[in-house]
Amino acid sequence: MAVVSGAPRSGGPRQKVVISTRVDKVSTGARLTSNVRAAIAIVIALIMLIPVFWMAMTAFKTRPDAVAVPPLLFFQPSLEGFVSLLTDRRQLNPEEIAAAKERTDLDFFNQVALVRGQTVLGVSAFPGQLLNSLIIAGVSTIFSVAFGVLAAYAFSRFPVPGKDDLLFFILSQRMLPPVVVTIPIFLMYRQLGLYDTHFGMILLYTAFNLSFSVWLLKGFIDEIPREYEEAALVDGYTRLQAFRKIVLPQATTGIAATTVFSLIFSWNEYAFALMLTSDVARTAPPSIPLVLGTGGIEWAAIAAGSLAFLIPVVIVTFLLRKHLLRGVTFGAIRKG
Amino acid sequence: MAQTNAEPIAQVTPRGAGGRRQMSDRRIVQLFILPTIILLILMNIFPLIYSLYLSFTNYSVISTDPPQWVGIQNYVDILSDTDFWRNFGITGTYALASVTLQTVIGFVLALLLRTKFRGSGIITTMILVPMMLSPIVVAVFWRLIFNPSYGILNPLLGFTNINTSPEWLGEPGLALLAIVIVDVWMWSPFVMLLCLAGLSAIPEYLYEAAAIDRAGGLFVFFRITLPQVLPLLLIAVLFRTIEAFKQFDLVQGLTAGGPGDATETVSVQLYQLAFQGQFNTGLSSALAYIVLIVIIAISNLYIRALNRAREG
Repeated sequence: MAVVSGAPRSGGPRQKVVISTRVDKVSTGARLTSNVRAAIAIVIALIMLIPVFWMAMTAFKTRPDAVAVPPLLFFQPSLEGFVSLLTDRRQLNPEEIAAAKERTDLDFFNQVALVRGQTVLGVSAFPGQLLNSLIIAGVSTIFSVAFGVLAAYAFSRFPVPGKDDLLFFILSQRMLPPVVVTIPIFLMYRQLGLYDTHFGMILLYTAFNLSFSVWLLKGFIDEIPREYEEAALVDGYTRLQAFRKIVLPQATTGIAATTVFSLIFSWNEYAFALMLTSDVARTAPPSIPLVLGTGGIEWAAIAAGSLAFLIPVVIVTFLLRKHLLRGVTFGAIRKG
Repeated sequence: MAQTNAEPIAQVTPRGAGGRRQMSDRRIVQLFILPTIILLILMNIFPLIYSLYLSFTNYSVISTDPPQWVGIQNYVDILSDTDFWRNFGITGTYALASVTLQTVIGFVLALLLRTKFRGSGIITTMILVPMMLSPIVVAVFWRLIFNPSYGILNPLLGFTNINTSPEWLGEPGLALLAIVIVDVWMWSPFVMLLCLAGLSAIPEYLYEAAAIDRAGGLFVFFRITLPQVLPLLLIAVLFRTIEAFKQFDLVQGLTAGGPGDATETVSVQLYQLAFQGQFNTGLSSALAYIVLIVIIAISNLYIRALNRAREG
């Protein structure tokens, strides 16, 4: 510090040339370290994804391969896990197996099941639960984003009395542990007949995601210059017209990002679904661990279910990567 | 069109002279905010008031008896119960361990990825994948990975003899560590993401100035990099602390509080109290309120830090 503090005061930015030669000198070494850095980063990324790869591999293993000791890296791929996941089966006795092996008209599912000496009884609960997940996540997202856009616009553009307190209150909903909120909601739903209904879950997820979508969308709408609307108002648009024709189109990216985040949150949600659904409206997350309970651990089936469940999220993560930072911090941090 | 061109200018400024327009703006505000407020009152305020009432009763959802007022008995029972304090300790240990590890690992990852290289965007996104996954699904497939006989973790760590290799989820001393490992795996990317944002915002001239001063690497790190990233790092830490105190999915999916009650966090205890065995609704509501107060205390800190970061 002491060496330079006197001299370059007058120079300031004009001395940049001198500085940049210095920085250039450093950069041969820096380039090398940056290659090392990149290599380390790639290795870490691959290590972090081992669990995901492992699950994807297990999904294509047979039941004995999935629990082989030591774990199998190379194996004959099989769709047994997916068949176990999607169907309910019955064990056949030896004569039936022999008879079934004679037959040539077996469909694909029965053929795979026959390898384990089983026959397909019907469709399992999983496809229905996946559909429930889709319906509940989809509809609740539509509502939470729609209400969220309206509230975010109002909070962004108008002086709302007690605005900061209201916004704080809205965000604080998100801080509550699900188990805490569930006890009274469980009682309320039981009274109103909403327990284990799609409507009840949609209502809950809408409220749950609304606090998030208001904050995230407010961040996006704050960034749209007010001048656009003001110009439109001067041109004779009403407030609502300006909102519809100026603000909404400008906020498309924000709305899309919020939609996807809401979808992921409701798609992944476990605690509420575990406590507030049983058969009718049960979503996929609480049922994946329950595959554990039925007739020994069907790891291939569990892995197949998990894989089917995770693939959409992984794809979306890549699509959303520019907005991840915003999304996970409720829109608080925008740069980066 | 023509006759309105005087008025709209007035409505742009909120407290302008256009009284009639002003009303309409206010109505828009009310209309726009109303659905949100109604839904939050219905799904949050009312349930919370209801459970506050229940926390002073001995109600159980499976009994036919109406709730009976017992005063603060539930709170006294919980606060004098050693199990509760032990579970609180477990939750605290878990939160401290996982948040510390996440912060260090996340920060190091961010330092590795701060300078762009070919494919760094893809690598960053790949590292971010775990935090987007469903915690319960993550917990379930980590159970396979932790399995002492056919799981892949032990062989990867060099334990090849099944008889001596650690039984991650079966030993009381290891089970909490196993949960911490999964939590760190899932959420270090979150800290990394925030740190990357912080790092990218550090003005280049600070480093140039340090280079002129021939400042050492450690000096630059502690005097420039760390202080500049600190606000965002703090947010990440507070966010993760709240989440760790709320944590339910991972623990329930990995150990459900076991073995014995070695990993019974407060959330798991709450779930068991409310929805299993005795369905002790009154008592669990009281516990829920105690958890709530702790969470509110932490989130207050969080939001204050958040506001400071927004302003800065």
